[in-house]
Amino acid sequence: MISLKINNIPVYVNEGSTILEAARSIGIKIPTLCHMKELSELGACRVCVVEVKGMRNLVAACEYPVSEGMEVFTNTPRVLNSRKTTIELILSDHRQDCLSCERNTNCELQRLSHKYDCDSRRFEGRTADFVYDDTTEYLIRDNSKCILCRRCIAVCKRQQGVGAIGVNERGFKTHVACPFDMDLVNTNCIGCGQCINVCPTGALQEKPEILRVQQALANPEKYVVVGTAPSVRAALAELFDMPMGINCQGKINTALRYLGCDKVFDINCSADFTIMEEANELVDRIKNGGKLPMFTSCCPGWVSHIEKNYPELIGHLSSCKSPQGMFGALVKHVFVKRENINPKDIFVVAVMPCTAKKGEKNRTFTDGLADIDAVITTRELSGLLKENGILLNELPDSETDSPFGEYTGAGMIFGATGGVMEAALRTAVSVLDPNAKLLPLEFSEVRGLDGVKEATYIVGGKPVKVAVVNGLKNVKTVCDKVKSGECDYSFVEVMTCPGGCVMGGGQPIRATIVKHRDEVAKARAGVLYSADRSMFARRSHNNGSLLKIYDEFLDRPNSELAHKLLHTHYTPRPKYIKE
Amino acid sequence: MMKGSNLPFNGTTEQEAQLRQKLNELRSKDGALMPAMQFAQELYGYLPYEVQLIISEELGVSLSDVYGVATFYSQFSLYPKGKYRIGICLGTACYVKGSQDIYDRLQQLLGIKSGECTADRLFSLDATRCVGCCGMSPVMTVNDDVYGRIKPDDVEGILAKYRERG
Repeated sequence: MISLKINNIPVYVNEGSTILEAARSIGIKIPTLCHMKELSELGACRVCVVEVKGMRNLVAACEYPVSEGMEVFTNTPRVLNSRKTTIELILSDHRQDCLSCERNTNCELQRLSHKYDCDSRRFEGRTADFVYDDTTEYLIRDNSKCILCRRCIAVCKRQQGVGAIGVNERGFKTHVACPFDMDLVNTNCIGCGQCINVCPTGALQEKPEILRVQQALANPEKYVVVGTAPSVRAALAELFDMPMGINCQGKINTALRYLGCDKVFDINCSADFTIMEEANELVDRIKNGGKLPMFTSCCPGWVSHIEKNYPELIGHLSSCKSPQGMFGALVKHVFVKRENINPKDIFVVAVMPCTAKKGEKNRTFTDGLADIDAVITTRELSGLLKENGILLNELPDSETDSPFGEYTGAGMIFGATGGVMEAALRTAVSVLDPNAKLLPLEFSEVRGLDGVKEATYIVGGKPVKVAVVNGLKNVKTVCDKVKSGECDYSFVEVMTCPGGCVMGGGQPIRATIVKHRDEVAKARAGVLYSADRSMFARRSHNNGSLLKIYDEFLDRPNSELAHKLLHTHYTPRPKYIKE
Repeated sequence: MMKGSNLPFNGTTEQEAQLRQKLNELRSKDGALMPAMQFAQELYGYLPYEVQLIISEELGVSLSDVYGVATFYSQFSLYPKGKYRIGICLGTACYVKGSQDIYDRLQQLLGIKSGECTADRLFSLDATRCVGCCGMSPVMTVNDDVYGRIKPDDVEGILAKYRERG
């Protein structure tokens, strides 16, 4: 233990702690704009400076380790003045369109400017030449609001193992961009949007599709069908001043009807379809010597990563479309037949916790018709509701519509890391072992936030080894093993974002509101697991609507028609395209 | 539009083999990136996309990291050097004596900016700091030749001399 004093208050902390952590332990929050524990610890923003007795210069509290007898002052006029000047200098090169900015009221720079009573026009002069990059289908980079904190770079490189962006040039020309200042669309970016979630300002945001949804809703010729992904209900409440960990699906259903959607379905239902197809594909691969391990294909970031970095492993990806793709195909090719609607008049909206899903919608087509017409994130749905004056927290609950509104607990847990694996196992074990009396229901080994989870289950009398990966950086070891032939897994679930879709790039931004990201992941996943526990049907093959649709339309999982509607293919893609 | 040279990459297979061999030696070492890039800069005279990509893949460092280092240090260049490297001094004395006008004329005649190289790879242009002969200002250098007290109208003739030599 180290003893020191902060503002004359005695503090005892472990050796190796930073001043920032020591202060936090006694209830003093030192502001930062760049710091992220274990991911970005470089003291770039200089907002966290404090005075240390005996030292000539102010030090960055986020990276400066405590030492015995140290005397720290966090609130002297010198410190406060330095912070204020630093923020004012940042503001001098920041496009201050705060009133209409996406991040207005949820901007760390704005919050600190207010807190330190900054004059936003104190320093005026030349500004840097800013780049605005909206070349991808999923996100926008607006460097005019970038404060060079480098958090996005740290997340992209260290957490996701992608490294699509970096710091280019030096001095006043320093800017965050892709190598050779390429457009983002031509790089190895996979669209996960994790950079958006850590950006302190509005320099990064999803590519908005709200307008297209509004136009479809206003068009009397369009029949608007909407489906919500599992993770949206676990997080949307946070944007309406409700605490974390509240399931608001019933209210979302009502809100979507208020908006004027013609049918309110649930992506949980198509997740059950995904499991039927994927579990049967797995069983088929195991029984008939197909390519193993089989990789899940629900996560578009992961699919993009494998296409760009491991083209030789494409055959390991399940051919199943994601629940989003299946949802659109089922609506446009099955639902329309029942209701006698022209598929071209249908407008399918998916509400997703994810930015990469926006890119995915442009790659899955059935009979030349896009499966999905618009993808909006959880944040965009919140914006849409607020713009329409819909007070989510005051709405009554309502149910989803039939037939694609019925789902099981298996579809529900898709949003948490390990959820797809667990849901698939619930069905696979009963396909492989139809006579077994007591089938396992919960597979706790694949739950939780560890980067790579392994487990072995006896299925049909044989051991089946599985792995669950979350946080894309962790996938490298698994892929390398598969490449070298050392891999003994049969089935691998990969979710790009740490914690799974509940922590996706389209979810509410809570970077500085909570102490630790894991708390958010646990609270949101908790919503899905407790909803699962409360359900009567918890295995996808017990979904009544689904069985009926197989019966009436699709025949059986992996049938010819099921393949046409619910499966897809993958193509190797270049990591970089030279412009 | 991508930054860096838009001249076609004309590295040879021998150069690539040399580079890959060097990267192989460096791969297991910590801090391999700088020596690797210095070697490549020496070998090719500049660090085009193709070369940075090889370094990135062989060392397992992201291309954005390689490019970030390449644009941070002035010892690295994204543009090839011409057969004749023109330097124009923008140091205080030369600047006062009007070297900016000469620089502008050079850019206009060659169709390139500082750091770049002409399409025929004959000339490259660099704005420099003091070259140490302020008494002759404004000063322009072409490889080891020094031209002092020049006027913008002299530039065309000087370039023509080197063009004739080819």
